[in-house]
Amino acid sequence: MSIHIHNNCTGHGCEGLCCLELKDVGVTMGSDELLHDISFHLHCGEIAALIGPNGAGKSTLFKTVLGQLPHSGSISFHRSDGEKRRPVIGYVPQSPAFDQGDPVSVLDFFAAAIGDWPVFLPLPRRLREQVRGCLARTHAEGLLDKRIGSLSGGELQRVLMALALEPLPHILILDEPLSGVDVEGEKQLLDMLDELRRTYDLSILLSTHDFATLEQYADKVILLRNTVLKLGSPSQVLGSQEFQDVFHLRMGKGVE
Amino acid sequence: MSLWYALVDLLPFEWAQPGQMLFMKNALLAILVISPLFGLLSTMVVQSRMSFFSDALGHSAFTGVAIGVLCGLQEPMWAAVSFSLLFSLLFTYVRRRSALASDTVIGVFSSTAVALGIFMATLDGGSFTKFNALLIGDILSVHPNKIALLAGVLAVILVLWSCAYNTLLLSALHPALARSRGVQVFWQEAVLNAAIAVVVTLSMSWVGLLVINSLLVLPAAAARGVARNTRQYHIFSVVGAVVCGVIGLMTSYYIGASAGASITLYLALFFAGAMLLQGQRR
Repeated sequence: MSIHIHNNCTGHGCEGLCCLELKDVGVTMGSDELLHDISFHLHCGEIAALIGPNGAGKSTLFKTVLGQLPHSGSISFHRSDGEKRRPVIGYVPQSPAFDQGDPVSVLDFFAAAIGDWPVFLPLPRRLREQVRGCLARTHAEGLLDKRIGSLSGGELQRVLMALALEPLPHILILDEPLSGVDVEGEKQLLDMLDELRRTYDLSILLSTHDFATLEQYADKVILLRNTVLKLGSPSQVLGSQEFQDVFHLRMGKGVE
Repeated sequence: MSLWYALVDLLPFEWAQPGQMLFMKNALLAILVISPLFGLLSTMVVQSRMSFFSDALGHSAFTGVAIGVLCGLQEPMWAAVSFSLLFSLLFTYVRRRSALASDTVIGVFSSTAVALGIFMATLDGGSFTKFNALLIGDILSVHPNKIALLAGVLAVILVLWSCAYNTLLLSALHPALARSRGVQVFWQEAVLNAAIAVVVTLSMSWVGLLVINSLLVLPAAAARGVARNTRQYHIFSVVGAVVCGVIGLMTSYYIGASAGASITLYLALFFAGAMLLQGQRR
């Protein structure tokens, strides 16, 4: 297994570092302005958590970064050698509900996603070993022959994460990785994210509704409601007036 | 064909006498081509939750035939293929564009197609009876050049499977994930829908419109119950379809019932058996 290490990133701003930069990004669909004036930096080795009420545009922002939506403003990726190039982005979707009866093993699913060998034919041993190696990155190699429908939430997250790491991305995007995972699974997942960013020097961007654990792992928290309301360390954002406003408003509506 | 006849003549059946019952020998060969075709497509129809869609396609194929007959075409089959291709692509497009649930869009399309077909068929006080043959199907009337055509379609589907099975599977399992990995999900759906449209339309005169969808749903539905991975899924689905196809044809020959219906009933038994087996495992 080849391990690609980015150059170390220390310091501030985007100069001479590997970093994802969003500048004045806006997304409009029909007459709805879904996102506007989004600007932030995300450095290698950094974990940023995206928080905000439902409908704040978290998924839209992810799709935009993934290049699936037309947008205004600029999204650029600076490599440490100064070259600007489209980054490889690994995407871990929100825990999908596969059918219990899906006759697809983890091996089939993985091999179908990473390779050209049609998985309805007998798989070559080499491919099987390659998939096993990929799964080992998230300690999921034991799940190789299980059906994807029979995995627990935490197991599925590990498989999807291993998939997002092949090919090894510059940026890892996780859509609500903590939903549908129990307390034990949550701790394992957070430890693994920490391990991944250290090993591979990845930028990690994730969305979450779980504010209690933010301080444990996030370097940066982005409070989003159609635009960036507040950006900073977990304690800065959680203690801010903007955070109070956004989430008290929702509670107020609930009580009404 | 003569090679095939020589081969069948070795079988110990009364209809397998040299030089006799050529229609039965043709039918057997046709079944051996059609059933693996449906067994293969079935795996994806069930995986992509398209069993209602494939049913609607059958209806649109009938409308295509009605249009072809109305235009006075010698071979209404090609009008039917064009119409159901158009229907499937339009459907794929509308489903993507509209906020309606998939089954609602299918319902709209299906009922419109049937109404249009009946309207055309009965225009000017026309009689509907000439279409009855399509509804029931008659495998015994299959002509060798049609078998060659179906074999060609089987070859095309095999090529499609070899080139695109992975992306088709990924699109069916998780469209968002597929998109993030650069798969053009819309085109995957379009190609699969078009393939199903062509296969359904070309086989309906022999299998029968009323039961054709069962061939697209039952083999894989049964295989799903027992398969643990994609290889097993394909083997069970294709072998199940072929076995049920052959014994269904035999049954219909000896007791004189419709071949399409007999095959479907065997497939239903296959499905029930798979369910029982699955129940025991749990």
